[in-house]
Amino acid sequence: MPSKNETAVQCFDVTYRLNRRNLVENLNFKVLQGEVLVLLGRSGSGKTTTMKLINNLLTPSSGEITVMGKPTTQWNSIQLRRKIGYVIQEIGLFPHFTVEQNIGLVPKLEGWEGDRIQSRVRQLLELVNLDPQHFAKRYPSQLSGGQRQRVGVARALAADPPVLLMDEPFGALDPITRLELQREFYQLQQQLGKTVILVTHSIQEAFLLASRIGLMQDGRLVELASPDDFMKSQQPEAIAFLECLQLPGTG
Amino acid sequence: MMQFINRYGSEIIYRAIEHLYLVTIAIAIAIALGIPLGILITRKPQFKKTILGFANIMQTIPSLALFGLLIPVPIIGGIGDRTAIIALTMYSLLPIIRNTYTGIIGVDPAIREAGKGMGMTDWQLLFQVEIPLSMGVILAGVRVAAVIAIGLATIAAAIGAGGLGVFIFRGVATVNNQLLFAGAIPAALMALAADFGLGLIEKRLSKSEVKTIN
Repeated sequence: MPSKNETAVQCFDVTYRLNRRNLVENLNFKVLQGEVLVLLGRSGSGKTTTMKLINNLLTPSSGEITVMGKPTTQWNSIQLRRKIGYVIQEIGLFPHFTVEQNIGLVPKLEGWEGDRIQSRVRQLLELVNLDPQHFAKRYPSQLSGGQRQRVGVARALAADPPVLLMDEPFGALDPITRLELQREFYQLQQQLGKTVILVTHSIQEAFLLASRIGLMQDGRLVELASPDDFMKSQQPEAIAFLECLQLPGTG
Repeated sequence: MMQFINRYGSEIIYRAIEHLYLVTIAIAIAIALGIPLGILITRKPQFKKTILGFANIMQTIPSLALFGLLIPVPIIGGIGDRTAIIALTMYSLLPIIRNTYTGIIGVDPAIREAGKGMGMTDWQLLFQVEIPLSMGVILAGVRVAAVIAIGLATIAAAIGAGGLGVFIFRGVATVNNQLLFAGAIPAALMALAADFGLGLIEKRLSKSEVKTIN
């Protein structure tokens, strides 16, 4: 078990430029081992770009990101990505793979033996509350949105990566299923102690899951605080988000 | 009628086999060239114009002219099978290249991104995800190519490559409809059979694609 205070991911003055526009600008933050950093922001604020910079799907135009102490530019991209679980909003389950094959993908790429993959898949399905007997052989099209999202999380956890990147993982779900999955995920995270960076535009989700909230606006990180401190933030964008928490008529 | 079949039956079978041989070899070569070329232009878009352009031009050359033009060309040209196979291959390339390209480009970007984000190499992504998911579309291209090639191969007789076209040319020359049909009907049946057979395989392979729509 890695010690709690070790840095898992750190950004040093990271800028990513595309077509002369800075999609993210001068990002500086540090994510500790076992922490859940929620990147909150409107659409187009640079949250997803930040994620893609971390697993080297994009390369910083300037600055540096270190993952587990090593700059992303020095990692072999393939090796790096296999050490980082990745969940995206559209989930991206392979439609021609069964649930079992989807979850076993990274272990298989890593050359695990068949038996080991199979028992790992079973274990993971139980972890995300899906009965292996019922679900292992199904195809993604035969699952509900919530079940697919659970499989997506199981797949990201398959090779036991120390870091998880989650890009609006609960975005496409109905509110009840979403809350259910958020709660389950919270417990799962507590139990496994993974370092998680999660992108969302939902302030509720941020408060439910975050150990720290990073607020992004126009490619910049404008606030980085624990949920308690975030509540008191006077940053205008933070206030705008906090207003979303109020129920109509109670403002 | 019976008399005709008695007289020409064995030759019809012989010519049909010859015909099938020309088409099968040509399609096999077109697949072996076309699929990799289609994949290449999904990876190196700078070649897309040149490669699709070449295949396009090949298709616009009138078939009889292409057969004729190839005769004087050294190595690949001359009279006989080889020239016919090369001409048929050229015609079959376009649908195969184009469908391979469209099929792969059409794979859901979220699926590609998930694969990449999980650490699949480009080859793994190609062979485990993109090709299986676009198999139905690629096969549809092969099917079109095969049907076209079976029809075109009747012209191969003009440059001495045999096939069912032999009957057609003979029929035209002697104004004998019976002979003409002896070539045309088996060729049409062969095209229908190829269309049906490849259609079946295509259907089976694209079953997995239905699963993307959810």
